[in-house]
Amino acid sequence: MPQSNQGSLWSRSSAAGRLSERSLWGADGSVALGDLAWGSSLGARLEELAGRCVLVATADQLTAALALIELDGIARRLILSPPDLPTEHLPFVITAAAVDAVVSDRPALEAGTPGAASFVSCSLKVAPAAFERTERYQTEWILLTSGTTGLPKMVVHTLPSLAGAIQPGSAAPQQLLWSTFYDIRRYGGLQIFLRALLGGGSMVLSSARESTGDFLLRAAARGVTHMLGTPTHWRNALMSPSARRLTPQYVRLSGEIADQAILDHLRAFYPGAAIVHAFASTEAGVGFEVGDALAGFPASLIGRDAAGVEMKVKDGSLRIRSARTAARYLGSRSATLPDADGFVDTGDIVELRGERYYFVGRRDGVINVGGQKVHPEEVEAVLNSHPQVRISQVRAKKNAIMGALVIADVVLNGETGAASGRGKGLEHAILEHCRAALPRHKVPAAINFVSSLAVAPTGKIVRRNA
Amino acid sequence: MSVRSAVLSQFKQVAQEQNKKLAPLSDDLPLSESGLDSLCFAIIVTRLEDALGVDPFTSTEQTEFPVTLADFIRFYEDAAK
Repeated sequence: MPQSNQGSLWSRSSAAGRLSERSLWGADGSVALGDLAWGSSLGARLEELAGRCVLVATADQLTAALALIELDGIARRLILSPPDLPTEHLPFVITAAAVDAVVSDRPALEAGTPGAASFVSCSLKVAPAAFERTERYQTEWILLTSGTTGLPKMVVHTLPSLAGAIQPGSAAPQQLLWSTFYDIRRYGGLQIFLRALLGGGSMVLSSARESTGDFLLRAAARGVTHMLGTPTHWRNALMSPSARRLTPQYVRLSGEIADQAILDHLRAFYPGAAIVHAFASTEAGVGFEVGDALAGFPASLIGRDAAGVEMKVKDGSLRIRSARTAARYLGSRSATLPDADGFVDTGDIVELRGERYYFVGRRDGVINVGGQKVHPEEVEAVLNSHPQVRISQVRAKKNAIMGALVIADVVLNGETGAASGRGKGLEHAILEHCRAALPRHKVPAAINFVSSLAVAPTGKIVRRNA
Repeated sequence: MSVRSAVLSQFKQVAQEQNKKLAPLSDDLPLSESGLDSLCFAIIVTRLEDALGVDPFTSTEQTEFPVTLADFIRFYEDAAK
């Protein structure tokens, strides 16, 4: 029986079936979904939040998960505060999103929340409560993404736009156990959370206080079957001995360009798993997914209206029109998100080679070498395909003659890995490898061997425009 | 390593990497006839900054850009002082 994409998160999660067998596991505890049929994590105060604009600002992912399940369809607006939102940005968020209630597991926030009308604490303890979980609103979900400078951008979604790419409840005999390195208050993590709930599965949530190795062990101990991360998350995970303990059936990548090297590594590491890379962004929603374990995507996806998504390439960048794109930004001067034709510009530059499109980088990350454009990501893809390179980051270095040159920071494979002792011979070998694959202005002028690269809380390599 | 030998070794190295035919390196060789193009010089400047710790091309004290190889070496020698 086809299930509707209407209904609240709770009603759709229930409709996916087997509530009593399904759980959400955090680092500090777990909650059986069935318990929410008779109880609440919000004390007896759910009713107070009806029709309100609720900022969900918890320290723990699991408490946030419970609040989202309980409040969709009840609150008018849910604002998902990522764990690393700077406190000084709270007043802006509260004003711009007209927040009139705060849900948190942090007592400190109660005192420090300016102007919010009411504070409701939530906990992992589901207590019996009398209420009607009837849907009253098409709740707006507000996701925060970091702007290039300063204040966060607030992106407006609804459950239907967020869940547009998700097939409802499967009749699979085996229950799927999802997990992700992402925080569920970011788009990528939220997709997995919704997949678990709407698809009739369970989920292991990550924790910012846990090392990658410890998280992988916890996920492996629960028997996670479906796992999502950025390419950076996965490169990091594959360096951990705990990664061997995981036996996924499905490995998903999103959030950054999946180059051939990381796809090959994952395929070799998890031979039993389907390796899928998806294009998704907070603003453009889930565009498509590719399951052939090859970098890029088939050109045939462009121009076709498939499964409710239409894509085109204009001025070099990928544009997406679908019911999954965000509606608008809140509280900023930016224009509405989709253009007059309903397309959202992803800002991701693609290049057609043969029958396939490849991502070459972000429009705003271009390095200008004497008037010729270089996308850092295309150079990184070549560097990463060298057998001794684990990961790389390409950046601009100012140069009086060409304006800028390409420089690479490289983390090497192997135990020593670090900056020491690999010397000029290897630098020359890696540069030769680049020269064989890239036009000369794209080949790094120099390579710095480093022991690690900075990773943002989003699981992506930190990029600073030079 | 002296400034002179650092410069000469980078000229040879970059020419080889970039498949450029380098003219015989004499002091009076005009840089424009060295066989190296602007990308080659840009790379040399970057590498010399690593090796010598100076980039005279971005220094405000150096006003006249070098024309010959001897100028180029002196340019770096002055900056490295």
